[in-house]
This record gives sequence, C-alpha cells and structure tokens, in this order.
Amino acid sequence: MTSWLLLAAAGAPEGGLFDLDATLPLMAVQVVILTFILNALFFRPVGKTVEERESYISTSRAEAKQQLAQTERLEADLRHQLREARQQAQTLIVDAEQEMDRLYRSALAEAQAEANASRESARREIDSQRQQAEDTLNGEADRLGDLIVTRLLAVQ
Amino acid sequence: MVPLPFFLPFAELEVGQHLYWQVGGYQIHGQVFLSSWLVIGALLALVVAGTRKLERDPRGVQNLLEFIWGYLRDLSREQIGEKAYRDWLPFIGTLFLFIFVSNWGGALVPWKLIHLPSGELGAPTADINTTIALALLVSLAYFYAGLSRKGFRYFEYYVEPTPIMLPFKIVEDFTKPLSLSFRLFGNILADELVVAVLAFLVPLIVPLPAMFLGLFTSAIQALIFATLAAYYIGEAVHEEHH
Repeated sequence: MTSWLLLAAAGAPEGGLFDLDATLPLMAVQVVILTFILNALFFRPVGKTVEERESYISTSRAEAKQQLAQTERLEADLRHQLREARQQAQTLIVDAEQEMDRLYRSALAEAQAEANASRESARREIDSQRQQAEDTLNGEADRLGDLIVTRLLAVQ
Repeated sequence: MVPLPFFLPFAELEVGQHLYWQVGGYQIHGQVFLSSWLVIGALLALVVAGTRKLERDPRGVQNLLEFIWGYLRDLSREQIGEKAYRDWLPFIGTLFLFIFVSNWGGALVPWKLIHLPSGELGAPTADINTTIALALLVSLAYFYAGLSRKGFRYFEYYVEPTPIMLPFKIVEDFTKPLSLSFRLFGNILADELVVAVLAFLVPLIVPLPAMFLGLFTSAIQALIFATLAAYYIGEAVHEEHH
C-alpha cells in the first residue's frame, strides 16, 4: 500500500513520475508524423468532400434561386400578356357589339324607311285610284243624270 | 505490499514504474509507446475505414468523420481566425484526436489484462514525457506560426499594448508549455490513480462514478488542450488593427 506512494515521492533514478528521457523527443516525432498522416488521410480528403458539398449546395441554391426568379419573371410576363389579351378580347367584343348594334339600327332604319316608302306609295296609289274611281263615278253619275234628264225631257 | 485477505488481479497499483527499452543508448518508456501505437492504430483504422469511399451523400463512418472534422474546424476557426486556421487545422485536430483517444483508451481499455514485465499500460497522456512533448510542439507551432506569418514583426506582440508587458510575455512563453503539459498529465494521472485506488479498496460499483467522471475529465482535457493550442497559435498570428 505504501510502496507506490514512496515511488511517487522518491523519483528514484530508475523510474518515478517525472522521469524524463528519450521518450519525449520520440513521442514528439511520432505526433508530428501522425499529424502528417492524418492530414493526408483525414483532414484533407474529408475537408475536400465537405467543402465540395458545401459549394455544390451553394451553387445549387444559387441556380435554383435564379430559376425561380426566371420563372417568376416569365409568370409575370405571361400574366401581363394574359391581361392584354383579355383587354383586347374585351375591346373586340365591345366593338363587335357596337358594330352589330349599328348594323341592326341601320338595317332597321332602312327597313322602316322602305316600309314607309312602300306604305306611302301604296297610299298614294290608293288615293289616286280612289280619286280615279271617284272621278269615273262622278262622270258616270253625271252622264246618267244627264241621260235621265234627257229621257225625261224627251218624254214630256 | 501489505498482504490482503483477498487478491484481485485488476487492483494492483504501480506508479512511476516503467518498462524500459534501450534505443541507441537512450532509455525510453516502452509501455507509453505500446499504448500510443494502439491509440494511433485505432485512429488510423477509424480514419481509413471512414475515408475509403468518400461520397457526397455521406453514409456510415463518413458521417462520424465529417462530424469530427466539422467540430475541429469550428474549434480552430474560432480560436485562430478565418485567415490562418486552414494551415493549423491538421495540427490542432491531431492533438485533439490523439489526446482524446489516449485518454479514453486509458479509461476504457482493460489494460491490466496485458501483463508487462515492469510498469503497466495506460493512457499515453498519463506519462509526463508525452504531455511535455505535446506542449513543446504547441510552443514550436505558435512560434513558427507567428514568425512565418509576420516575420520579425511577430516580436511586436511582446511589447503590445505596452512595453511593460515584455517580461510577462517572456515568462508566458515558459508558462504556456508548462501549464499545458502539467494540466493534462495531472488530470489524466490523477484520474487513473483515483480509479485504481478506489478499485483497490472497493473493487465493485464504487469506482464506477469515478470512472464516469474520468471519462468526462478526459474529454474535457482533450478539448482544453486543443483549444489552448489553437488559442496560442491564434494569438501569434493575430494582426493588430491600428
């Protein structure tokens, strides 16, 4: 039980806790060599992989962002085109309606004018025929009256 | 050792004993290297398994590795700054991973099952040599970072905002590695000792809360070490805005 305490305290020429010897430089060399080996086997390749992945992710992100922006631009463009097309269609419809209205009105007016004209001419025809008939009737009546008068006077 | 009424193979305490290896006339602590190789092996296995097939859609271990990478990047970017953090991420990350896996390995792996002739396996960071090595690397790193980025203008840092700061900043250069190494060493060793002593006294259940606390401390210490290292480097490369 006491032997290890004695050893720790004594620092005997052979052994002891603070026994410095050639272990020190050899261990240092060993750690330096380990540093180079780990650098070649671990730090460089893993760092390369991680950094490649990071750059891959960042470029993919940038690309995706760019594509998103492009899509948004296209969408806005198409939206604009759509609105214009709608407006055009609207004006076309309005134009067509107006045109139709105008045509309808003109056709209606024409038809009315024609109807009026034909009614007028018919009325005039009727009037002239009635006048003619009246004239003929009046002439006939006059003639008959004259005849009656002539006959009566002849009898007497 | 005082003979105990019962003997438990997992509850021996050995502190300050090392498994010595001779390398070209120098002595090294074999158990530290053995466990550090296991730690490095585990790290490399994880990394190799996770990066064998890197894909843009991560799956399996790649997720974990990317999480760790992101965590370490955020840590170093926050402390070092946007401009210079890339150069230092591998260093900070390696420090964090090595310390973290060492600490958790020391706490989770039943090292006692592997018997060594002397000393015992444990967290490599429970050895003062390792922590001083790491702390000195941090010192070198922030000097190098400051000098390479700003040249000799780096030394302006010592007299900013006023020359009165000069002695304090010079002392800081010594206290930084000292505090880094001793903080890590002390925490991890203390955790292992607490768990070992508790397991030695009451082998069942009682050490568990200390073990959980140890896991928590281990993670926090790794984070503190990496954060401070990054902060020191960030301080060195920081450009004053006049």
